[in-house]
Amino acid sequence: MKDTTTNNQNRRSFLKTSGQLIIGFNLFPFLQFCTNPENQTDLSTYPGIAIRPNAGKDIMDSWIRLDAKGFVTVLTGKQELGQGIRTALLQIAAEELEVPFDICHIINGDTAQTANEGYTAGSNSVEGSGSAIRQAAAEAKYYLIQEAAKLWQVNIDQVEAKNGAILGPENRKISYWELLNGEFIEGKITGEAPIKNPKNHVIVGKSIPRADISKMIKGEPHFIHDLRLEGMLHARVVHPPSYNAKLEALDESKISQLPGVVKLIVDGSFVAIVAKREYQAIKAREKIIEIAKWESTNIEPAMGDLFSNMKNKASNPKEVEASPTINQTIKQAKNQLKSTYRKPYTMHGSTGPGCAVAQWDNQKLTVWSPTQGVYPLQNTLADLFSIEKESIRCIGMPGSGCYGHNSADDVSAEAAMIARHLPNQPVRLQWMRDNEHRWEPYGSAMQLTLEAGLDQNGNITSWKTEIWSDTHSTRPNGNAGHYVSARHLAKPFEFKKGGFSGGSYRNASPLYEITDKALLLYDYEGPLRTSALRGLGAYGNIFALESFIDELASIAKMDPFDFRIQNLKNNRAIEVLKTLKSKTEWENLSERTKSKSGIAFAQYKNSAAYFAVMVTLENEGEKLKIKKMISVIEAGQCINPDGLINQTEGGMIQSASWTILEAVQYNEKEIISKDWNSYPIFRAKDIPDIEVHIINRPEEKPLGAGEAAQGPVAAAIVNALSNHLGKRIYELPLREYFEN
Amino acid sequence: MKKITLKVNGKKTKHELDPEEPLLYVLREEFKLSGAKYGCGLHQCGACMVLVDDQAEPTCMNSCEYFEGKDIETIEHLSQNNKLHAVQKAFFEAQAAQCGYCLNGMLISAVALLRNIPQPNRLQIKDALQQVICRCGTHVRFIRAVENAIAQKE
Ligand code: FES
Ligand code: FES
Repeated sequence: MKDTTTNNQNRRSFLKTSGQLIIGFNLFPFLQFCTNPENQTDLSTYPGIAIRPNAGKDIMDSWIRLDAKGFVTVLTGKQELGQGIRTALLQIAAEELEVPFDICHIINGDTAQTANEGYTAGSNSVEGSGSAIRQAAAEAKYYLIQEAAKLWQVNIDQVEAKNGAILGPENRKISYWELLNGEFIEGKITGEAPIKNPKNHVIVGKSIPRADISKMIKGEPHFIHDLRLEGMLHARVVHPPSYNAKLEALDESKISQLPGVVKLIVDGSFVAIVAKREYQAIKAREKIIEIAKWESTNIEPAMGDLFSNMKNKASNPKEVEASPTINQTIKQAKNQLKSTYRKPYTMHGSTGPGCAVAQWDNQKLTVWSPTQGVYPLQNTLADLFSIEKESIRCIGMPGSGCYGHNSADDVSAEAAMIARHLPNQPVRLQWMRDNEHRWEPYGSAMQLTLEAGLDQNGNITSWKTEIWSDTHSTRPNGNAGHYVSARHLAKPFEFKKGGFSGGSYRNASPLYEITDKALLLYDYEGPLRTSALRGLGAYGNIFALESFIDELASIAKMDPFDFRIQNLKNNRAIEVLKTLKSKTEWENLSERTKSKSGIAFAQYKNSAAYFAVMVTLENEGEKLKIKKMISVIEAGQCINPDGLINQTEGGMIQSASWTILEAVQYNEKEIISKDWNSYPIFRAKDIPDIEVHIINRPEEKPLGAGEAAQGPVAAAIVNALSNHLGKRIYELPLREYFEN
Repeated sequence: MKKITLKVNGKKTKHELDPEEPLLYVLREEFKLSGAKYGCGLHQCGACMVLVDDQAEPTCMNSCEYFEGKDIETIEHLSQNNKLHAVQKAFFEAQAAQCGYCLNGMLISAVALLRNIPQPNRLQIKDALQQVICRCGTHVRFIRAVENAIAQKE
């Protein structure tokens, strides 16, 4: 690889010499499958680009490539998870580079090509990758402008970039590709190139439709599930019946002779089956489940004792925000209130279960994966197999929506573990529905105790938060023990939970102006496997915080909008609430409607998108139903309004489903939420009318928005329900009050 | 193994198959079709839906033999001569997808609905989509897309 780090000058290199495969893999039939991932109906066909390794995040070429004549290729380490990130990033690139949107194509996470951007998580893709791509595109354009000026021997302010070409005096015109003449731009992102004024944006801010949807509606191959390689075998795993179960006995002879079976893998308690056809693997799996004997220990504590166990097991809390005076200030306030809220374990529950394809050739591993982070996957696989990470290529592919750390990494590791027994053959592993429901890491159950003091004018003077929660992040960032099946091997990898992340107290500290605040976190090692689920702790924390705010408002005898606005200083937050108030025509709502409505607000992470929502309930027979949800979102500069609305609607529906219906159930033997009947979620008939309004601030930087709705929707539903019942509700889910 | 004759997307073909193998796997492996997807294998989620004699039916449990003599149509067959079906068009225009994994089930259910009830009301639309799981919460768009498809037909 060329050493570009010492190279300060922007220069260009010939594609001929650099456009080669460095890592030494050359087995990618995958290329036929997706060289032209988008716009297949385009008149001109994008030929794809040769694989050129990524030389680091500060190099232009790492983000923007003009290798294909007449086309722009954008590279990102972030994955498309159904949030429309590909379209948004292409809009940013096209805008800044001054090229038509239609000629832009994108390559997502691939360790052989794209920059290491860690995980696609925490709503930071547009903030992170987007700003890198914007910089790189601006820099590339600036470079092309300088080159053209040099060529024509004119001053750089006599030339301009437009529509993929540089225009100069006397009607001179040269396209980017003519100017580059088969070379690629190599050079650092200096930060010197001017960035386009948002006032002149023509592509950013437009609702450009997602090209991948045009493939999906035709049922074309798109997902990792649809990848078909020559000679591909099909695998299934048999996970133990419960977390700690150990395999006691399995009569292998009863399995190996089943039709189509290629290999039965038993390594400790890791059991997998490989067959020629998918259904043969499924049948063999069923047989294994029927005859295998396991020894297991009980899951403890029992479900009914979960919240008391949290408190009993708690040792010294972590003081996230310390205040020696807090108890005193609360006591001295005119009014005090203390409440405890609870949320259960909830699941990602992806519609399509995890799937990955792996192949080993000469000690080199390729994994096609729906992971949220190809580089962390590569690192962790290196740990799992004790090989150099350079011998592993991870190629990100679209999966079923994951909403955080679901099965994607586990299934990728398992596919690689299985394929290792069958060198030179691609192996496709897909989880069954019960694998997914029972083995994904859940969003942790949480218990939250809030205490606050109010003065006589309805100002919050003091606020204390206590959180009991298991971890919200056990992503396998280099430690193979985070793969659930690596723990089941004969030589098991140890799972070190370590570093209870900040995820537990995400959004726990109120954005409201409060002079005295304390925040205590009790880390809890609970019975179930947990990790990042959309919003992490923010869902539970905002549910509690914004429920509590309504309780305080009623003590202060104030309108819930007025109370919130009075206690906020953040202008953008206030603006979002005021906009919601006018969109819902709050002032004109009848008392009857208000008594069935609730509002809530939060700025995600206290640093990302602002979101406020009103939920209105209606009666349906004996039970209740959500009638309507109206929301306002402000995510700074809006790249693609319809994309933002789409994602927000989805977040609102998902959160409503969590809040009303969902709780992972288990008994001492096993997790009993194993399918959609035992773990029901919202379906079409549960869906209310939804309105999403955007406040666009083109002059601000774009803010992550994908998780903004989760917490506020929960609180707004609880507030609406509590108003309707005339008594507060403190525990989720709310199933008993709603239909189903 | 048994000779199974299936009529898929207008064409009748014979296949040597385990007669118990559910149609879903036959479609994906034998016919190399990707539209119908595995979601649960339990008739709970609709990801594997195809049109069977113009009704939306899951394919993940019933054997391929059960489908003999029936008219099977998959999502791949809906657009003809590069022209999208009205429902496909409406789905695209409404940008009715997030991850899109459920799209097959939603789209097939919508097409079946319109073939059987040309002017359904909103409740009937929701009823038709009820069997399909969408974890991304794209339902409002699916419902809107079906309504738009009806409006366009008028
Ligand atoms: S996969 Fe057939 S209904 Fe779920
Ligand atoms: S769009 Fe992802 S499951 Fe429906």
